[in-house]
Amino acid sequence: MTTRARLAVTLKYASLTAGCLVAAVPLLVVFLASLKSEEELYGETPFAPPSNWFNLDNYRTAFEEGQMVDAFVNTTVILIISLIGTVLIGSMAAYAVSRFDFRGKRLTMFLFLLAALVPGVTTQVATFQVVTGLGLFNTRWAAIALFMGTDIISIYIFLQFLRGVPKSVDEAAMLDGATHWKIYRTIILPLLKPAIVTVVIVKGVAVYNEFYIPFLYMPSRDLGVVSTSLFRFQGPTGTQWEVISAGIVITVIPTLIVFLALQRYIYNGFARGATK
Amino acid sequence: MSRSRTGHPALKVAEPVGAAAPAARHQRVRRPLAERAGRRATPYLFIAAALVLLVVFTYVPVVSMFGYSLLDWDGLDPVSEFVGAGNYAELVTRPELFGVFTVSLYYFGGTIVQLAAALYFAVILSFKVKFRNFFKGVLFFPYLINGVAIGFIFLYVFKPDGVLDTLLGLLGVADKPLWLGDRSVINYSLTGVSIWRYFGLNLVLFLGAIQSIPAHLFEAAQMDGATRWQQFRHIIVPGIRPVIGLNLILGVSGALSVFEIPYVMTGGANGSATFVIQTVNTAFKYHKVGLASAMAVVLLALVLVVTWIQRRTIPDDTTELS
Repeated sequence: MTTRARLAVTLKYASLTAGCLVAAVPLLVVFLASLKSEEELYGETPFAPPSNWFNLDNYRTAFEEGQMVDAFVNTTVILIISLIGTVLIGSMAAYAVSRFDFRGKRLTMFLFLLAALVPGVTTQVATFQVVTGLGLFNTRWAAIALFMGTDIISIYIFLQFLRGVPKSVDEAAMLDGATHWKIYRTIILPLLKPAIVTVVIVKGVAVYNEFYIPFLYMPSRDLGVVSTSLFRFQGPTGTQWEVISAGIVITVIPTLIVFLALQRYIYNGFARGATK
Repeated sequence: MSRSRTGHPALKVAEPVGAAAPAARHQRVRRPLAERAGRRATPYLFIAAALVLLVVFTYVPVVSMFGYSLLDWDGLDPVSEFVGAGNYAELVTRPELFGVFTVSLYYFGGTIVQLAAALYFAVILSFKVKFRNFFKGVLFFPYLINGVAIGFIFLYVFKPDGVLDTLLGLLGVADKPLWLGDRSVINYSLTGVSIWRYFGLNLVLFLGAIQSIPAHLFEAAQMDGATRWQQFRHIIVPGIRPVIGLNLILGVSGALSVFEIPYVMTGGANGSATFVIQTVNTAFKYHKVGLASAMAVVLLALVLVVTWIQRRTIPDDTTELS
């Protein structure tokens, strides 16, 4: 290897290592902080290791005072219902559009396309009136309805996928006398499995991380989800960084587990569903 | 522009169903009348749920937002006053309302840095590298993290005498600014956080785009003795130019609607308020729904214009790479 080539290789790995340090160090120092006592945290540098690696006091405090158990229950309920709803509603709509020719189809598709461009946060000014008008304010249904109702990307993902499925597959079933509902249920839905995986991942991450919708529509403490409960850690009692750090770690761990378990699907999913 | 693309779903919709229609029509002739009516209702039944949700949670709000923007209304009072274009006039004449768009410039600058870094790492990772998946995973993971958690992580990092100050101290930097306290620094700090958060997505998108370049192009180039730089310049850049363009435009609309990071970290204090923060504060803190709606309408118009430019400048069939 020439000197120049060796230098290039060195630079390559040096820059990759530097990039990874920038990505990882903020997470690692927070993890260290979550294991420290208050005195330790303020007495030493942020990089000093904790005196006891198994000090879980801050996690206990975070779970108890931060109501993180409630938060995970609420998030899970909202996540499951809105994911099921999104998959069913989106796949049914995609089935209608890809397999039928009907009046108003072009207009419908145009409405979906246009809606995908509307930035969600700003229209909350007016969405708020709709949600309160429907009596959903301060209920989990506010978040569920909005997560299901504003999901246009998943319809596109299903639509895209269905275009690749030859129509002869369901036409054959129709000749056998199957109803459209039966074809959707027994043929289309199972065929859509890879697209469902994509939708569940992209949407699931978005719902788990969503902050403003639950913050705005579910102000009651008991309805806190992971994001809003964590947000309340920065309370009037002053900043207890060791407890906040534990809260951060509690929030990030499920994400990390899902990421490690589903890496390949996650990369593909985001590459496909990312433009929104 | 080929119409038969198999790529990205989001940006193109209406597609002629001509292929299916003749067969369907042919069948219809032989079916009894009642069944025909049922068949005609079927697609509407399948799309009904999606359409109702779309109308209730997107179109009703958007349309009523236009209406509210003409009112002087607190959002609660049954009584409101019609002020016509008054809110828009107020928006244009009060510089503190419109001026926050300058904050978007920081984030747009950040997008450029972010795209450049993502491109660099994507190119490196698409050639032979040890621990490739490890590097890719670490660099991508921040994108998946909860925004509130990211906000708090960086409040801790930026804290006076905190992580960043300690690191700079080790490097011998004595004079450290107040990262979130100094008005001339705060938007750089927050932009940095934004880069940290979204960089991973660009990386994965670029990596995917580079991998979809046919391998034989690289093989041929290598046989001709092309250097890595030449391969980058003449194969990779032209191959993924549409993706770069798309990400750049998405960066513009993203920069216009920045919200979560500054809202969580500073609440918009110290000159870090963005247009969206100001809009939601105007609506939900100061209860000026009319004015806030006018602001939302302006932002919506801007984003639509940017998207329109995107659709004009980036041909249809290339958006699939995104």
